[in-house]
Amino acid sequence: MPGSDLVLKSVTKRFGSFTAVDDLDLTVPQGSFFALLGPSGCGKTTTLRMVAGLEEPTAGTIHLGDQDISHVKAYKRPVNTVFQSYALFPHLSVFENVAFGPSRKGAKGVKALVDETLELVELGEYAGRKPAQLSGGQQQRVALARALINRPQVLLLDEPLGALDLKLRKQMQIELKRIQSEVGITFVHVTHDQEEAMTMADTIAVMNGGVIEQMGEPAELYEHPATTYVSNFLGQSNLIAGQVKGVDGETLLLEVNGEKLTAPAARARSDEGEVWVGVRPEKVFLTVTGAGATTAGAGADPGDRAGSNLLPGGVVSDVSFVGVSTQYLVRMPWGQELQVFEQNTGTRDSLRAGDRVDLHWMPAHTFLLDASQDASAGVVLGDDR
Amino acid sequence: MSISAAHIGGGDRGEPSPEPSRKPGFIGYLLLLPGGMWLAIFFLVPTLALVGTSLYDPSGSILTGYQMTGYWQNYVDAVRDYAQPFGRSIVYASLATIACIALGYPLAYAIAFKSGRWKNFMLVLVIAPFFTSFLVRTLSWQLLLGDNGFVVDVLQTLQILGPEGRLLATPFAVVTGLTYNFLPFMVLPLYASLEKIDHRLIEAGGDLYAAPFTAFRRVTLPLSMPGLVAGTLLTFIPAAGDYINAELLGTPTTRMIGNEIQDLFTAGSYPVAASLSVTLMVAIVVMVFLYVRRAGTEDLV
Repeated sequence: MPGSDLVLKSVTKRFGSFTAVDDLDLTVPQGSFFALLGPSGCGKTTTLRMVAGLEEPTAGTIHLGDQDISHVKAYKRPVNTVFQSYALFPHLSVFENVAFGPSRKGAKGVKALVDETLELVELGEYAGRKPAQLSGGQQQRVALARALINRPQVLLLDEPLGALDLKLRKQMQIELKRIQSEVGITFVHVTHDQEEAMTMADTIAVMNGGVIEQMGEPAELYEHPATTYVSNFLGQSNLIAGQVKGVDGETLLLEVNGEKLTAPAARARSDEGEVWVGVRPEKVFLTVTGAGATTAGAGADPGDRAGSNLLPGGVVSDVSFVGVSTQYLVRMPWGQELQVFEQNTGTRDSLRAGDRVDLHWMPAHTFLLDASQDASAGVVLGDDR
Repeated sequence: MSISAAHIGGGDRGEPSPEPSRKPGFIGYLLLLPGGMWLAIFFLVPTLALVGTSLYDPSGSILTGYQMTGYWQNYVDAVRDYAQPFGRSIVYASLATIACIALGYPLAYAIAFKSGRWKNFMLVLVIAPFFTSFLVRTLSWQLLLGDNGFVVDVLQTLQILGPEGRLLATPFAVVTGLTYNFLPFMVLPLYASLEKIDHRLIEAGGDLYAAPFTAFRRVTLPLSMPGLVAGTLLTFIPAAGDYINAELLGTPTTRMIGNEIQDLFTAGSYPVAASLSVTLMVAIVVMVFLYVRRAGTEDLV
C-alpha cells in the first residue's frame, strides 16, 4: 500500500448554527492505531463521519496520501467503517454481509477472501447464520470482518465496543489490537472510554467542544496533561490552586495555601502567577500525622519525605476499598477534598475516616496548569466508562 | 396496516411461549371467545355453506330448492364457461398491483425518508380519499376518463389517442380504477416497512462501495419486502374479486369474475356462483402462498 497518511486540514463542520467540529487539524500516520477520545457531543463522531464520507465538511480538506477526498462520495473512498451498533444487514447471512464490499467492487475469489477474513475474526463456523442469531461480541466481529475484508487504507471504528459488557470489551480490545498489528491498516477509533483508548491506541487525540485539546501517546497525555480538561478526563487529578513564587534553575518554587512546594519547569504549562498545581491520586502518599516515618505505599521511601512536596493537616473523610487499591478522600485545611489511591500491598492497615494525615509526593510528579481553566472541566461524573 | 404486515411476515413469532408453572388460563380462552365466535359464525359457517352450495345439483332453482348431490361438475362448468373473466380478473388485478407498486413505492419512500416535517400531512393525504364513498370516487372516474373529459381531450390533442380513441369503457379505465382504489393499501404498509429501516444500514451500504442505486437494490428494497408483500396482498386479493370498477368503468368485454358471480347470484344460479367463488378463493390462496414463499419474508419482520 502506498504511503497514505490521513491528513485533516482546518476541517470545520456546522449543522445550522451549531459548530460540531471547529477548525480541526489532524494527521494520522499510516499504519497507526489512532484514538479520538472525548465525551458524547464533542465532535469525534462527526469527524469520523467526515472521513468516511457520510458528512461533508463545511470547510477544510481531508487528504488520504496525495488524494483529496474531502468531497469524494462514501462509496468511492478507500475507507471503511465499523459502525456503532454494527449496522449489519439483517436480511443477509454473515457470509453475505462480509462479502458485500468485495462483491460491489467486483472482486474475484470473493468466497476464499470471505472465508479467510472470517477465520481472522474466528467466525468461520458461523458463516451461514443471520446477524440476529449471533451474540453481541460475534456481531462485533462480523462488523469488523465486513470492513476489514476490503483492505481499506483507513478503518474507522465508531465506539465499536460500546454495546459489549465489560469483560467482553476487555477481550475485544486485545483482539482489535492484535488484528490491527496483523493487517497493518490505519485504525481510527472513536471512543468516550479513556481506558479503552489508552489500552489500544498508539496516539490519542482528546477532543472537547469540536477541538482537539491535546494529542500524543497515552503515557505522554497521562503524565503531562496540557489542560485541566485532559487531566480530569484521562484518569483523575487533584488540582490545587497555588502561586508560582520563583524559579530555581529547572525548578519552579510554588506556594499552596502557605506550604512551599516545587515542580519541574518542564512540567509547567503556566509558569507565573496563579496556577493549578496538579498531581495524580496514585502518586500521592499518606503519612499519619505525627507518626513520622510510617509512610504508605510500597515504593515510598520514608527518607524521601524531606525532598517531597508536603501538604500537612489533612483529615481522611472517606475510604473506599476497591480490592486492588484503597481510595481515600482527604479533607485539607482549606476545605478542598483531595484523592489518594493507595495500593493494597499489605504494608500497613488501611486508614479510617477521621484519621489525621499528611500528604506528600515527589516534586517530579507535579504538573502545573493554566489557572484560567475550569478545574472541574472533563470530570467524569457517575459512571466510569 | 402494521398489523397485517406483522401478521404476514411474522409467522409464529407472536405466540407467547407456554409457561410450564401455570395452567393454561381460563381467562385466555374467555378472551378468545368473542373473536372465535365471530370467526365461527361469520367466516367458518358461510365458507362451509358456500362449499356446500357449490356442490348442489344445478337443475334446481331458488323456488324449487336445490338437491345436495355432490355435483362436482359445477366446478368443471364454472372453469370452462368463465375462464375468460377469470383470466381477466387475474390480469387486471396483476396490472393494478404493478401500477400500485410503481406509483406507491416512490410515494411511500418519499414519505418515509424525504418528507421531513410534512410526513404526517402526507400520510393524511394518502388516507383522505377514504372520507368519501368508494362508489362516489369510482363514479367520478367516469367524468375524468369520459369521452368529453379533459384527459381524453389532451391525449387526442397530443395525438396519443386517435380522434375516435377513448379511455372510458376500456380495460385501461378498469385497471386505472382498481389502481386508484387500492393505492392506499399499497402505500401504507410500504411506508410502515420503509420507515422502520435503520438509516445506518443504508449508510453502511454506501460505506461498503454500494452506489446509491445498488444500496437501494441490495439493502432498502430487501428490507422493505414485508411491506411490499403486505401491500401486494392487500391490493391484489381485493382487486381480483372486485366488480365495481369493471361495472362502472368497463364494458361487457371487460367483465371480471366478480361481475359474473354477482350476476349468477342475482339470477339464482347458486351452485355455479358458489363454485366460481370457491375456485377464486382457492386460486388466490394458492397464489398468495406461492408468492409469500417466494418472497421469503419470514426472517424479515
